[in-house]
Amino acid sequence: MSALLNISNLNVSIKLPHGTLSAVRDTTITLQKGRSLGIVGESGSGKSMTALSLMRLLPRSGDFTADAIEFDGTNLLSLDDRRFAETISGPGIGMIFQEPMTSLNPVYTIGRQMTEAAVWRGMMSAPAARTKAIALLDRVGIPDPEGRMSQYPHQMSGGQRQRVMIAMTLMLDPKLLIADEPTTALDVTVQAQILDLLDDLRRERDMGMILISHDLAVVAQRTDAVAVMYGGEMIEQGPAEAVLRLPAHPYTQSLLNAIPQISGAPGRLGAIPGLVPSIMQATNTCIFAPRCAHAHAACTAQRPPSRAQGGGHMCRCVLDTPPTIVTSVTPLRASAPQPDTEPVLSARDVTRVYTSRRGMFGPKRDIRALDDVSLDLRKGETLALIGESGSGKSTLARILLGLDHPTSGAVFMGGRPVAEVAVKDRAHFVQPVFQDPYSSLNPRRRLAEIIARPLELSGHGSAAENDALVRSTLELVRLPLRLLHAYPSQLSGGQRQRVAIARALVTKPQVLVCDEPTSALDVSIQAQILNLLDDLKAEMGLTCLFITHDMAVVHQIADRVVVMLKGQVVEEGAARQVLRQPNNDYTRRLVAAAPRFEAKTEEMEIVQ
Amino acid sequence: MLKYIALKGLLAILVAFTASLAAFLLLNVASDPAQAIAGEDATPDVVETIRIRYGLDRPVYERYLSWLAGVATGDFGESYYWHKPVAELVADRADETLTLALSALFVTILIAVPLGALAGLNPNSWIDRAALGVAVSAQAIPNFWLGLIMIILFAVMIPIFPVSGDNTWYHFVLPAIVLGASSVPAVMRLTRTGLIEVMGADYIRTARAKGFRGNALLRRHALRNAILPVISVLAVQLGQKFGGSVITESIFAINGLGRLALESILGADIPTVQMLIFVFAIVFVAMNLLADILNAALDPRIRIG
Ligand SMILES: Nc1ncnc2c1ncn2[C@@H]1O[C@H](COP(=O)(O)OP(=O)(O)O)[C@@H](O)[C@H]1O
Ligand code: SF4
Ligand SMILES: [Mg+2]
Repeated sequence: MSALLNISNLNVSIKLPHGTLSAVRDTTITLQKGRSLGIVGESGSGKSMTALSLMRLLPRSGDFTADAIEFDGTNLLSLDDRRFAETISGPGIGMIFQEPMTSLNPVYTIGRQMTEAAVWRGMMSAPAARTKAIALLDRVGIPDPEGRMSQYPHQMSGGQRQRVMIAMTLMLDPKLLIADEPTTALDVTVQAQILDLLDDLRRERDMGMILISHDLAVVAQRTDAVAVMYGGEMIEQGPAEAVLRLPAHPYTQSLLNAIPQISGAPGRLGAIPGLVPSIMQATNTCIFAPRCAHAHAACTAQRPPSRAQGGGHMCRCVLDTPPTIVTSVTPLRASAPQPDTEPVLSARDVTRVYTSRRGMFGPKRDIRALDDVSLDLRKGETLALIGESGSGKSTLARILLGLDHPTSGAVFMGGRPVAEVAVKDRAHFVQPVFQDPYSSLNPRRRLAEIIARPLELSGHGSAAENDALVRSTLELVRLPLRLLHAYPSQLSGGQRQRVAIARALVTKPQVLVCDEPTSALDVSIQAQILNLLDDLKAEMGLTCLFITHDMAVVHQIADRVVVMLKGQVVEEGAARQVLRQPNNDYTRRLVAAAPRFEAKTEEMEIVQ
Repeated sequence: MLKYIALKGLLAILVAFTASLAAFLLLNVASDPAQAIAGEDATPDVVETIRIRYGLDRPVYERYLSWLAGVATGDFGESYYWHKPVAELVADRADETLTLALSALFVTILIAVPLGALAGLNPNSWIDRAALGVAVSAQAIPNFWLGLIMIILFAVMIPIFPVSGDNTWYHFVLPAIVLGASSVPAVMRLTRTGLIEVMGADYIRTARAKGFRGNALLRRHALRNAILPVISVLAVQLGQKFGGSVITESIFAINGLGRLALESILGADIPTVQMLIFVFAIVFVAMNLLADILNAALDPRIRIG
C-alpha cells in the first residue's frame, strides 16, 4: 500500500490584532490510498485549519509552514498557487464544508455550479458534464435529478444541499475527499444518511477520505484511522479500533468518557474540568497538563514527543504505558421518580395553526405546527421530547411556557388553566433554558443582573432577598461566586449555559423547559451540563421537559419519552422501553442513527 | 412576480401624486402666486387683475382638481412666461437632460465601479485608502463648486472643452463629470463592501476548492453577487441625476429641464414648476421601481420566493 497523503510537521499561524495565534503545531498526518482518516477534537482544536492549509484556503490572516506535504507522489510545497489550483484543487483533493446553507452560490443554478469546473478545466464537454452531473445527483440520492439541475440552492433543504455539494465535488473525481463537519448542521437522521453515503462513495471510487468532526463516535464508526487534536496539536493518532478501544492519551480517554452512551445503564459522565487553550506563544510543556489528572513534573519540563505505541498508534504523552482510566462508571445520583405522581404541567388536545403566505403575494397556507397534542409532565420526572427539526417541539415548548397560545386546546399549570395563572406567577412555575448560550444572554449585563432578571420581572422580594437567591442559585449550578460581576463574554460555553440554567432556577420554578440545551456545546461541556441536571434532580427533585434529537442524551437523562413527528405525538413511553423497542418507524430511525460503541464499558471499566 | 411589479407600480404613481400635491400646496398656499407673478412692487390692482386672469381666485382644492383633470388628458396648462403649453416646453427640453443624466451615470460607473472593485479586492491596502480618499473628497466638494473649478481648469486655463452650451456631445463632457461625481462615493462604497462581503462568503471558498482563482473566480462567482446591490443603487442614482440637473445645467447653460426648473421658479411660472416637479417625481419613483424589478430579475431568491 502506498501513501496518498503525507504531511509532516504542519504549523499554522493566524495573525490577530493582539498577537499571533498558533492554531496548529507540528502536526503530522499519513493517509494510505483508498483509506479514510478521521480527525476529531473539540471546537477550536485546529481541525479546520489543518484541512484549509492543505487546500490553501486559509483566511487572509493565516499562514502555514510544513517540513513536507506530499500528495499522490507530488511535492505540494513545490507548486505555486497557480499550478496548485490547476492540478490539486478539485481533481486532486475535493472538499466539502460544514455549512450547506451557504456553501453554494445563491444566484446560480445547481446545474451550472455542478458542471462549470469540469467544463472550464476542459475535462469534458458541456453535454457530457450535464449527463455526468445528473448521474451523480441521482447517485447521491437527489430525487428528480434532471429537474433539480435548473433549480437554485434556496429551493432545497440543508440535507439536499449537502448531497449536491458531495455530487459537485465528485464531478472532478478527486483522489482525496476532505469533509469538514459535513453533517454538524443537519438533523440526526439526515446525518447518518449523509455519512453512510460518503462512506459508500469512498469505497466505490477507492478514494482517500479525511472526515473531520467534533464527534468522536461518529468518526470512529466510519474511518480506518483516527487522529485526535487538542489545542492545535495532534495528541493521538492510530487505527480507529485502537484509539477508540485502547486510547493512550488521557485527553482521548476523557473525551470518550464524556460521551453519553445509548447502551448499558446510564452513569455519570466524565466531565473534563477547565477549558481548551488557545496558544499565542510556543510552549514547551504538555498542552493538556492543566486539565490532566495524571500531570506530574515531567509533563511540564518539556513538550512530550510523539511516541509510537505499536501498530501505527502514536501518542503525545510522557507516560510509558497508557494510564489506567480513572473514571469508573459512577451511577447517576438521581433515581427515577415515583410513577403516577400528579402532573404539574399538561397540554390537552393542543393544536396550533400558523397562517403563512407562499412568497410575498402567494396564496395563504395553513401550517399545523401542532395537531391535537396531549402531554403530561409529572412531578420530579425528566421528560424527553424528541423529533426532527420542524416537528413542532419548540412550538409546544413555547405554548407550555405561556409564550404562545394554542389555536385550540388548553394548557394546565398545576391543574389550573394557564389563563387563570397570573403572568407574574407563571415565572415561579415554569422557566425556559434555550439552545444557544451565546445569544440567549445579554452581553452588556453582569451575571448578577442576568440571573436576577426573572426575579425583577416577577416583582418579588427585596434587593437583599434577591441577592441572596442569586448567590444560592449560582452555587446550585456550581459557578464560583467571583463570577457574579463577570460579563457573559468572559465565560466559556459551559459556564454560559450554567448561567442560563441559574437564571431559570432563581425563581424556584417547579418546571424547567430546556430546548436543546446542549446541542450547541462540545461533548466535554455537554457532559458538565448533563451531570448538573442529574445533580439538580437528586438535590431538588427538578421536573424537566428536555427537548433534544440525540438519543444517547435521552438515554442519559430521561425517565420518559415523547416522540413527535409533523406536529403529532407518534410515540410515548418509559425511556428504556422506547429505546429498546421503538414502535414507530421514525423512532427506530432515530435510535439507529445514534452512534454507539458497545464494547467500551467492559474494556474501560477499570475502577480506581 | 407580475403582481409584485403591478403593486410597486401603483405605489410609485401614488408617491408621484403625493409629491405633486405637496408641491401644489407649497406653491399656492405658502406664498401668494399672483403677487409673485406681478412682482414685489406691483400695485394691489395689478395683483388682483393677475389673480383673476390666471384663475388664482378660485379655492386651492378646486384648482388642484382641475390641474389633475388636465394631467389626465395630458394637458399641464400653459406657461405664464413662455405662453406655450407646458407639456410642449418640457418635451422640447427633455432630451438635453436625459443626455446629461445618462452620461453622468456613465461617468459614475466608469469611476466608481473599478475603483470600488480594486478597493474591495485589496481591503486595507494603499489602493483601498486612495479610493476612500477619492470618495471622501467627492462627497465634501459641493456640486456647483466642482463645476466652477472644472470650467476654470479645463475650459479657461486649458481650453479643451467649451465653457457652456449644449450643441455637441463635447459640451456634455464637463457637466457629466460634475454631475456624475456626486454619485461616485455611494456607488464606490457599495461596490467595495459588496465585494469584500462576497469574497469572504462560503460559496467563494467552495469555488476556490474547485480550482477557481483570480479573474475566473471573480467573473464566475463574485461579480454577479456583488453587482446585484450596485445595479439597484445605480437606478436610484439615475433618478437623482434629474434633480441634480438643476444646478449643473444652470452652471453650464444647458437648455434642459433643470435649467427650465430654475428659471420657472425664479419667474413664478407655476404651471411649469408644477409639471416639472411631477415629472421629476415620476422619474425618481420609476427609477426606484426599476431598481426593484432589476433586483428581482437578477436574484433568483426574490424571483421565485
Ligand atoms: N478566521 C479566523 N481568524 C482567526 N482565528 C481563527 C480563525 N478561524 C479559526 N481561528 C482559530 O484557530 C484555531 C483553530 O480553529 P479551527 O481549525 O477552526 O478549529 P476546529 O475546526 O477544530 O474547530 C482556534 O483557536 C480558532 O479560534
Ligand atoms: S504528558 Fe502528562 S499532562 Fe500531558 S497528557 Fe500525558 S500525563 Fe497528562
Ligand atoms: Mg472546524
